[in-house]
Amino acid sequence: MATRLKDTDVVVIGLGAAGGVAVLPLAQAGLEVIGLEAGGAMTRRDFAPDEIRNNVRGWPMLTSHKTNQEAPTVRPNGSANAVQGGHPMMNAIGGTSLHYWAQHWRLNPWDFKVVSETTRKYGAGRIPKGSTVEDWPFGYDEIEPYYEKIEYEVGVSGQAGNVNGKIDPRGNPFEGPRKREYPMPPLRWTAFHDKMAGAAKGLGWHPFPGPAAINSRSYQNRSGCMYHGFCNTGGCHVDAKNSTAVSTIPRAQATNHFKAVTGAVVTSINVDSQGRASGVTYVANGEEFFQPAKVVLIASFCYENSRLLLLSKSPAFPKGLSNNHGQVGRHYFSHHQGGAVSALFPFNIGAWYGLPAQGVAIDDWADDNFDHSSLDFIGGGNLWAMSDRRPITAAGMNTYGLAPSWGSQWKSFIKENADRSHSAYLQKTTLPYEDNYLDLDPVVKDPLGLPVIRITAEYKENERKVAAFIQDKMEEWYRAAGAIQINKSPVGGSMTTSTHAYGGTRMGDNPETNVVNRWGMSHEVPNLGVLGGSVMGTSGAHNPTHTVQALAWRTAEHIVKNWKSIAPTTSQ
Amino acid sequence: MAADEDAGETNFMSETSKIISRRDLLRGVGIAGAAAAAGPVSLLSTPEPAAAAEPAQAARAAAPREAFENLTATEADLLEAVVDRLIPSDALGPGAREGRAAHYIDRALGGALSSSRQAYAAGLSALDRYATQSRGKGFLELSNADKDSVLMDVESGGATPGIFAGSSAQFFNMVLGHTRQGMFGDPYYGGNANFVGWDLLGYPGVRTMVTAADQKSLEAGQLKPNHKSAYDFEGFNKATASLEPHSGDMKHGD
Repeated sequence: MATRLKDTDVVVIGLGAAGGVAVLPLAQAGLEVIGLEAGGAMTRRDFAPDEIRNNVRGWPMLTSHKTNQEAPTVRPNGSANAVQGGHPMMNAIGGTSLHYWAQHWRLNPWDFKVVSETTRKYGAGRIPKGSTVEDWPFGYDEIEPYYEKIEYEVGVSGQAGNVNGKIDPRGNPFEGPRKREYPMPPLRWTAFHDKMAGAAKGLGWHPFPGPAAINSRSYQNRSGCMYHGFCNTGGCHVDAKNSTAVSTIPRAQATNHFKAVTGAVVTSINVDSQGRASGVTYVANGEEFFQPAKVVLIASFCYENSRLLLLSKSPAFPKGLSNNHGQVGRHYFSHHQGGAVSALFPFNIGAWYGLPAQGVAIDDWADDNFDHSSLDFIGGGNLWAMSDRRPITAAGMNTYGLAPSWGSQWKSFIKENADRSHSAYLQKTTLPYEDNYLDLDPVVKDPLGLPVIRITAEYKENERKVAAFIQDKMEEWYRAAGAIQINKSPVGGSMTTSTHAYGGTRMGDNPETNVVNRWGMSHEVPNLGVLGGSVMGTSGAHNPTHTVQALAWRTAEHIVKNWKSIAPTTSQ
Repeated sequence: MAADEDAGETNFMSETSKIISRRDLLRGVGIAGAAAAAGPVSLLSTPEPAAAAEPAQAARAAAPREAFENLTATEADLLEAVVDRLIPSDALGPGAREGRAAHYIDRALGGALSSSRQAYAAGLSALDRYATQSRGKGFLELSNADKDSVLMDVESGGATPGIFAGSSAQFFNMVLGHTRQGMFGDPYYGGNANFVGWDLLGYPGVRTMVTAADQKSLEAGQLKPNHKSAYDFEGFNKATASLEPHSGDMKHGD
């Protein structure tokens, strides 16, 4: 029998990018908050600049016994076999925000209104066949104050492009209007970034530095970035990367209303006789505990959000919690980042130091920033030219058919070209489809005997067309900057596990097609909230974390403002 | 896997075999010992000039070659011969033999790469059998040109039938990948001796701070290699994580 713990106001499942943000406004409002985290705690001393540990042997993901043992199985469609691979996320206080790239983009206004804007401009027939995409229940204006809140509370560096409608040519002219500048200037550029920006301008495009949740100078008593080159899958040795472990979580702890419990693996969300959430059951050190709470917030990653709901069956919810409409696991998609483009230059580009969040962005071909009248797809992509190189990775570079992959000829090639290659990061519009979904795997289980999640999903025609279009734009840009060789990877394929995973508990006004309402609270369980990319119905062409955190703050604030109506008077 | 990490990495989850605890890192006069002898520097110190590392290099060069830890003598000789062809010592400078890539692999086969131990035993033995059957001599007896032609057969998968248990190409790619780790990885793990791998690439070395002036110096081709391991900087934990329930006795470096 589970040991029943003392009641609390709010229990938050997962202290990563989303849960780690939500605990702050809750605790600041004086609510008693308990955060359950499956991993442990890490500090700057754990983040050695070590490529073998970080990038070759998969640390710090290796420290994540929970995610590794519960990695999803993947299949492109319902008739293929599902195979279990790795999990892209890690468990720890701060979660994957400890070692992510920390690109911190707002979505563009179009991303919230894909259906209505496409219909208005090009006709309803342009929505791809089989897509279940909907407009968000609100527009960019509604989330704008929360983007600003996160930029200042977490700490985001960048160059504004549109302040109250006034375009600043140094920033992104396509961004939605913002009320305030970023709290910090953008990360610095290298000579190569200057060259890429110049080439883009020559093409008539609008280059600008990308936003990052990384300090470009000292902020909130933490150091500015040291540009040492181990940011990719590495935590920050000077706490300049604004993971929730160093930004919002310590401030929540300082209120004395928030307590983090580590090593806690949640196995179910419990419900009372009225079908309201009563708390959560978790296992820690082999012992089972029940943590009662008036409000439950689930903030594990996209896959685990759907999984935990589907596992939490009860007489009131026989198909899983909040799943009486059969929507948990639907509308899943992972960001299309495949279809890579890399280039070889006839000069060193000086990329041994720096970080993936430092670089030149182009949004001219993202979203609906260009006319699609004569095109056969909707959406687009963000082009990103960054800094990211380490020795083992460099040695594994494409030789562009100019040399074999070993021997004296290769050695000569790599000696000359190790610092001459560049790989672009291309994030493209990705839509949800009727036959792309998550469910519980019928065979594969974790060590506790609970089924893992199964991904059934593949990129469709619209994604493949966007990808091919964006590859051509990237090649054009590279050639303009002097590239002498270009390599393009195949586009499309199966939607595998991803750090950019969306859907499964989509947000929307209609409970027939969405799991949570416009505030992130379950349509079926009024005191259950869901945080994370799993509530997002569109991806845009930019990283999801900023939107995830803005929504998490907004849901937490909604709970604070409506505490009396959301929290049951007695919890059981 | 469509992860952020993929733009620069293709194999970040490919070697998630367990990291076991063991061995004193400073045992013997290996690289870790020599690096430690160079003395720790503070986490954010200005990088020292390259000359400061030279006494440590001299100590390393003088150190006796220690025995292999996991490979048999026959396997070790074959692996040394293979890595020597993959990244040869030539007019451009030292290769994987001088970089001690085989020693890196040997040590890792007792730890992080332990799941590959059997593949090395079977693959190295198959390589030698293939050399004997196709070229009339064991791999070690062949000329460099013949070694290379045998390795090309192994790389293409052409050496597989009846000799390699799986695809010979799979074996080749595994060895090539591990050889690069041994040549270009942090010396803490037993390879990249005297930083020969990083010098080959022109990588100026692990730093904990790179100023705008350092970046300009790099771009001008004037940033001198600092020849430091990550663990020459004081203060970094070598354990995988501080609070994992089962990691109390875990050590990295294997």
